[in-house]
Parts: sequence; C-alpha cells; structure tokens
Amino acid sequence: MINALNNYIMAKMKGAIEVNTERCKGCSLCIIACPQKVIALANKVNLHGYPYVEAVNEEACVGCASCGIVCPDGCITVYRKKVEE
Amino acid sequence: MDRNQIVQPENIVCKKPTLMNDNNMHYCPGCSHGVVHKLVAEVIEEMGMADKAVGVSPVGCAVFAYNYIDIDWQEAAHGRAPALATGIKRTWPDRLVFTYQGDGDLACIGTCETIHALNRGENIVIIFVNNAIYGMTGGQMAPTTLIGQKTSTCPYGRDPEIHGYPLKMADIAAQLEGTCYVTRQSVESVASILKAKKALRKAFEASMAGKGSSLVEFVSTCNSGWKLTPAKANEWMKENMFPFYPKGDLKDTTDK
Amino acid sequence: MAEEREVVLMKGNEAIAHAAIRCGCDGYFGYPITPQSEVIETLAELKPWETTGMQVVQAESELASIYMVYGAAGAGKRAMTSSSSPGIALMQEGITYMAGAEVPGVFVNVQRGGPGLGTIQPSQGDYFQATRGGGNGDYKVIVLAPSSVQEMADFVDLAFELAFKYRNPAMILSDGVIGQMMEKVVLPPFKPRRTDEQVIKECPWASTGKPKNRERVVITSLELKPEAMEKRNIALQEKYAKIQENEVRFEQQQMDDAEYAIVAFGSAARIAEKSVEIAREQGIKVGLFRPITLFPFPEKQIAELSKKVKGILVAEINAGQMVQDVRLAVNGAVPVEQFGRLGGIVPDPEEIVNALKKVM
Repeated sequence: MINALNNYIMAKMKGAIEVNTERCKGCSLCIIACPQKVIALANKVNLHGYPYVEAVNEEACVGCASCGIVCPDGCITVYRKKVEE
Repeated sequence: MDRNQIVQPENIVCKKPTLMNDNNMHYCPGCSHGVVHKLVAEVIEEMGMADKAVGVSPVGCAVFAYNYIDIDWQEAAHGRAPALATGIKRTWPDRLVFTYQGDGDLACIGTCETIHALNRGENIVIIFVNNAIYGMTGGQMAPTTLIGQKTSTCPYGRDPEIHGYPLKMADIAAQLEGTCYVTRQSVESVASILKAKKALRKAFEASMAGKGSSLVEFVSTCNSGWKLTPAKANEWMKENMFPFYPKGDLKDTTDK
Repeated sequence: MAEEREVVLMKGNEAIAHAAIRCGCDGYFGYPITPQSEVIETLAELKPWETTGMQVVQAESELASIYMVYGAAGAGKRAMTSSSSPGIALMQEGITYMAGAEVPGVFVNVQRGGPGLGTIQPSQGDYFQATRGGGNGDYKVIVLAPSSVQEMADFVDLAFELAFKYRNPAMILSDGVIGQMMEKVVLPPFKPRRTDEQVIKECPWASTGKPKNRERVVITSLELKPEAMEKRNIALQEKYAKIQENEVRFEQQQMDDAEYAIVAFGSAARIAEKSVEIAREQGIKVGLFRPITLFPFPEKQIAELSKKVKGILVAEINAGQMVQDVRLAVNGAVPVEQFGRLGGIVPDPEEIVNALKKVM
C-alpha cells in the first residue's frame, strides 16, 4: 500500500471525493482507511440522524480510493487526475 | 490544479456500483453486508450478467438484499435458499444463480440444505456472511459464535458444556465432492476487499462453466451485536475470528 | 380422424409421473415416502431429462423438495413435488410461502393414516390440512381430489393450468388406495415444455433475470408495512373468491330421484359408488355427490341438493372433516351424519350402507 502511494506521489496524482451525505451513516471506516487524513466526521447530521463525513483536507487527497472501497454504503465517489508537469 | 479539473466524469476511479440502486441500505453503520453487496453488484456487472442473474435472499439482516441490487430475486424461508437456488438453476441452467446467507441461515436451520446443494455440485454460488451472531433478531448466539464470546443467549460466554462448539462450515464444504471452490475472505481493508472480489468472481465464473458448487465465506463483523464501534469490531474480528476461521482457499478445483 | 390414444394399465402413482412428463413439467423435486415413492421411481426410470429436458431431483428432505419447487415455480417454470401426509406436514411452511408470494407450485399428497408418523395404510385425514391450510396466515390452496387412476393422470395438467391461471399453489389430494391401485388409463397426449422465451412472455411476474426494460422482480411473501400487507391480503381474498366462483368441479350419480345423498370424495367416493348400487338394490333411493374440487368447495350445489333430499351421509376415511363443510353448506336444512374408519382401515361398501340406514 505504501509503495502504491509513493508511486502516486511520485507520479503526482491529485484526487478529490464527493460524499453522498444522505447515504452516509458516519461509520468512520473511511476515516481510518484514508492514508492522507483527508476525511473527518462533520459536525452535522443528515436527514436520517446520522453524522456524515466530509473532506476536511482535500489538498492531501491522492485519489487512492481507499475510502470508497471500504465504504459499506457506496457513499463516496473518488476522482483522480494526473498532474501535468 | 483547480478542484473542478479533477472532479470530472472521466476521472472517476471509484463509485457506487451501477447495479446498486439508490435505496439507502438498512444495515447498521459499518456493517460488512454493505461491502459484500457492493462486490456482488460489481462482479455481476463486470461479467455482463445483470440480465441473467437471479439471487436468493435469506432470513436475517440481509432479508432485504433484494431492495438494493438491481437484479431479479427470490426471498427464501430461513435456511432454504440453497433449495430454491437448486430449483432455479436446474430449470434455468444459463442463469447466474447464487444465494446470500448469514450464519444462522446457512449453518443452523439450513445446514441440511447447504450441505446437500453443495454435495450435489449444483452450479450455484453460496455466499456466506459469517459474523458469529444472529444480528436481525437482536444478537443471539449463532452456530459460529466463538467459545467465550458473549451474546444475548450466552451472556456469560459460549460454554462448550452447555452450547457445544462452533461449526466450521467452509471446512465441511471443502470435504464434499460436489464443491469446486471453497474460500474464506474478509472485507475490512482495501487489500482484503480486492482479494475477496477476485474470489467472488472466480466462484461466479465456475458456476457458469458448470464446474460445480462454490462456497464463498466472508468472515464479517456485527458491530451492533458485538456492541463495538465499527472500527473496534474490525479489530476484534482480526484478533478473534481470523485465527479460528482462517482466510484463504480451502479447495480450488476450478481449473480441472 | 380419431386420435389414437394409448390405453395402459398402471398405478395411480405411476400415472402422476407419466402425466407430469406429458404435460410439459419442467422439474420434479421429491423425497421417498410410502405410499407414493413410485412417483419419483417411475420418473427416475423414464429419464425425462434425456427426452423432454424435465429435471428430476431426489431432494434431501420434504422441506428441501417444497423449496426447490418454490424456486423453479417462482421463476415461471412448471415445478412439482409429491409426498404423503407426514411429508406434507413438513411442507406446510413452503406452501404458505408460495401462497403469500403467489408462486404456482403443484404438489401431490397421497394420504396415509395419522396423526404423526401414523401408518402406511390409506386415509383421508388431511382434508383439514389441505383446505384449512396447515401453514400460517389467511390463505387457500386449490385442491383437486381424484378418485381414479384416470383422474390422477388428468389432474396434473389441470393443476398446473389452475396454478398458473391464478398464480396460486395447487394440490392433488389423493390417498394410498388410488396411489397404489391399478386401473386402465388413457394417458394425456404429449405437450412440449415451454421454451424460455415462452416462459418469460407468459410469466412477466417471474424471476427469470431482469432485462433492462423492466423493473426487477422480487418473489417474496414479506411485507412489513401494515397498510401494504392489508392490501396484499385483501387482493388474495379477492382471488380466492374468484376461484370459488369459477372453478368448482363435482360429479353426481343417480341424484335425479334421490331421497338421500352420500357425499364423498376420492377413494371413499369409489367405495360409495358400490354402496349406492347395494342400497338401490334394497330399494333405497340414494345418490352420490362427489366434490372434485375441495377448494373451491361445491357449497352452492350441496345447498341446492339439501333442498331435495331427506338426509345426507358424508362418507370419508377420517374422524369427520369434510362433514363440517357439508354441514355449513346445508345450514341445518336436513340431518347430516358422518361415517368414517380410522387408523388406515378402508371401509367396505356395506358399512357405508349400514351407516346410511342410520340417517334414514
């Protein structure tokens, strides 16, 4: 996993995420999975009463998609683009 | 780089599977069911079998699986899913037929149907989500509950003197002639999820190639039943479930 | 030009097997139990999977059997099973599930004496189980009661027709006498199994694999929202009312001038035919009314009949089950008595005549 990240960083990938906040249940597994500390629980709840997550440090996102892969509800859409030198 | 340059449809590397609809899933936050559902949806889509798949849902937390994955489904009585799957696959041999069951459904009331469908080598895949507890009914002991594990019907911990021993269904399945692929996987980390998806794909393909029956066990968490946070439940699973239910392929004759 | 029809001599159980293949059945899933194991044995011998493609599976239990039927029938295929009383008791859950999910499975009960493991000798002790529903909830199963090997052969296709017409489970309620006796039978002509395309066309409600142009199908009897569940149940009740209106079948013998009537179904009706003969020889003007459908029960016809006769004897091989439905239909108009033997004992025609004399 670390090697993959190094490759990303060396190849300069930039990522971004979109969270479906109404689908999110605040389980926080994405927060733990993210190697870049991009995600945190927001200080708000959705219509179902669940606290949801948001990107608080999206600058650091490399689009590895760990968050989207571990999310049990498929809430996160992950984007990744190679930074042109 | 501007965020708008990144957030473009051609840059998507991960999203909710297409076969998974927009219904919010009723599972508890952090439940393994959600991840396994995603894998099932992704693999069926990637195999191009969306219009030929028929799933059989259990009685248990996943009773409403049919509300989330956009294929045809049948709801089975508790434990009987492998019998329904047999009836469907025998009369529709070109369909992708699978069951999706929990530990109570598959290893308790349904033990007979599980063993015999596997033993007959029905060309189906049995998906087994094993979290060592009865989630839907409020956290009672399951046939796969570990010695010493506390549940509402063994509040002092499972005691072999009173409750007998946990069942290792994958080991039983691997002994049966009719099975071609028996494997244990998990879905708590990116690495395990990617491995699990490959295993599921292998099983589905084996069933379509007429190689026999497959059992794909997902060693899973139940943070509500275990009374732990999703993250702590993953830790507990790694420390206690993985040693007793070791991951990996127990049988693979799919290339014969 | 008259069609050449095969006339053969065989057991009722064997006729079920032959008829299943000939009516385009897609799958038989069953378990051995006396007195009906010949059904699966005959199918195994005939090997229809090599000719018509019909699947024959010996399941691990009656429980598994009924659910294999549920799976195949829920996917629009003609699927059936057969068993005898204790095995049918095991299947009750599957039957109520089929009723709730509106799955057109077909099953045959070759009744034996009970209760419990009982005896292997014949009886008609499962009338309540068949018509009142041994499973949970408000539901009905279409019940056909053959009284000859010919009817065993004819009712298989009829059961499937009715099951699919109403999307309802249908049962053939036979017994050990008819299952085991040998008679001449004209087997039905061969009807090919429907193709997959035909099944998809005729059964858009079935779980056949979801194409892009329709919503997914879910075959389920579960509905947690009370208002929706009430609607479902009301729709089921309306369906049963339609079946009651349209599908009653019965037979009458020598009822035109009858002063007394014997009401009997299945093998009891065959015995009662002889009883009518004997009674007539003795000067008693008696006729036989034979319900063929037990659900829907010929209540109107029996009510009519009760206006013309002085008394009714219900002859059935049990402790008194169909007599309740007869009494309901007669509604006190004339005396209704019941005669039956228990423990797997099949009555003689004379016994029924003696019982009739007690009514008079």
